[in-house]
Amino acid sequence: MRIVLTLLVVAGLIVADLRFNSLDRTRALLDTLVTPVYWVADIPSRLSEWQQTHLVSRSVLQEESERLRRENLILEGRTQQMASLQAENIRLRGLLNSAALLRDDVVVAELIGVSPDPVRQQVVINKGARDGVYLGQALIDADGLMGQVVEVAEFTSRVLLITDLTHSVPVQINRNGVRAIAEGNGTLSALEIHHVAATTDIREGDLLVTSGLGGRFPVGYPVAVVSAVERDPGQTFARILAQPTAALDRSRHVLLVFTVASTADEAQ
Amino acid sequence: MDRGQGYWVVIVTLLVAAVLAVLPLPLWLVWLRPEWVAMVLVYWCIALPHRVGVVAALLAGVAMDLLEGALLGQNTFALAVVALLSVGLYQRLRLFSLWQQAGIVFVLIGIHQLICQWVQNLEGVGARSPLFLLPALSSALLWPLVLTVLRSLRRHYRVA
Repeated sequence: MRIVLTLLVVAGLIVADLRFNSLDRTRALLDTLVTPVYWVADIPSRLSEWQQTHLVSRSVLQEESERLRRENLILEGRTQQMASLQAENIRLRGLLNSAALLRDDVVVAELIGVSPDPVRQQVVINKGARDGVYLGQALIDADGLMGQVVEVAEFTSRVLLITDLTHSVPVQINRNGVRAIAEGNGTLSALEIHHVAATTDIREGDLLVTSGLGGRFPVGYPVAVVSAVERDPGQTFARILAQPTAALDRSRHVLLVFTVASTADEAQ
Repeated sequence: MDRGQGYWVVIVTLLVAAVLAVLPLPLWLVWLRPEWVAMVLVYWCIALPHRVGVVAALLAGVAMDLLEGALLGQNTFALAVVALLSVGLYQRLRLFSLWQQAGIVFVLIGIHQLICQWVQNLEGVGARSPLFLLPALSSALLWPLVLTVLRSLRRHYRVA
């Protein structure tokens, strides 16, 4: 009898967590308690990283430093005009009476865990409420959008990747601004784009960037590259697959995006 | 529930199982990850049926839900059912040969996976193929190892 009651209570818990957000506070608290398990599970990858950075030969390090210096030079060259372009952009937007561009600050975070459940595309990062992480915050890596924060504990937070079955991100085609919604399909390598009319101008190789619609993600971060477009004359919509640009299964160092309103004065 | 001797061994083994359960695995292995926590729980339910049971399962389950980012209650429910069945079957299980036990473990973990799958379907993230049953197989194959390790631990620390 007691057993039946216990199972009923647990079933109630499942429903409560599914239907209401009343458990979010409790979850955040309990999440902090189980964080050490992730720290321990992260030790092997931490060790291998340590070994990669500390136990390498001098020549390899020199080569890497040389490569990074070259890369840095190129990147710096590219950003030289950034300040003036940004100021110009803001002035033009002012002329058009559109909202001021948002400036994004980033904080480097490290991935410390991956959801063990293969149907859940989630990762755990080592920044939490203590570092100002908030629900819905965007996470990117060097190449593109990775996902958004869905749970914030004290020292860690859980990020839902854009490829999760339950995740969708509003995007636009960088080439012509056509808007669409990219949905995760549960595999790390592809996003699906539904409800795009068969006549829409979209081709393989098109870059999809965040459109900022919906107000969740900042504008303009690369999301995916269209990898397949199938147009069946019998169907109303084209079948479109896109490959995420972010290295969702490899990136260890990631960036949390803090969006700050910026004005023309600041940009100059 | 009066505290027996060496109860901490149970807790430590469950914690180690939890770490193994979230340890990053290469992509081709993720569907095969054995249900470490459920296996360790089954062992202690058989070995100490009067001390380890549904209550331990509930605590371990909540921890696993948090670690997996699952709905609160998914693993809790599944592990409670597994513990309930193992405590009910312990007298028979102890008499079974190793591979007969592995067969029962296959069924128990299979039930665990099915319950998890039901809850995930409620959430809309359920697996789209029967691959989610593979952990039952890998767990059954690893059962002899888990059994040997845990039994020697139990004897060494005289857990009772």
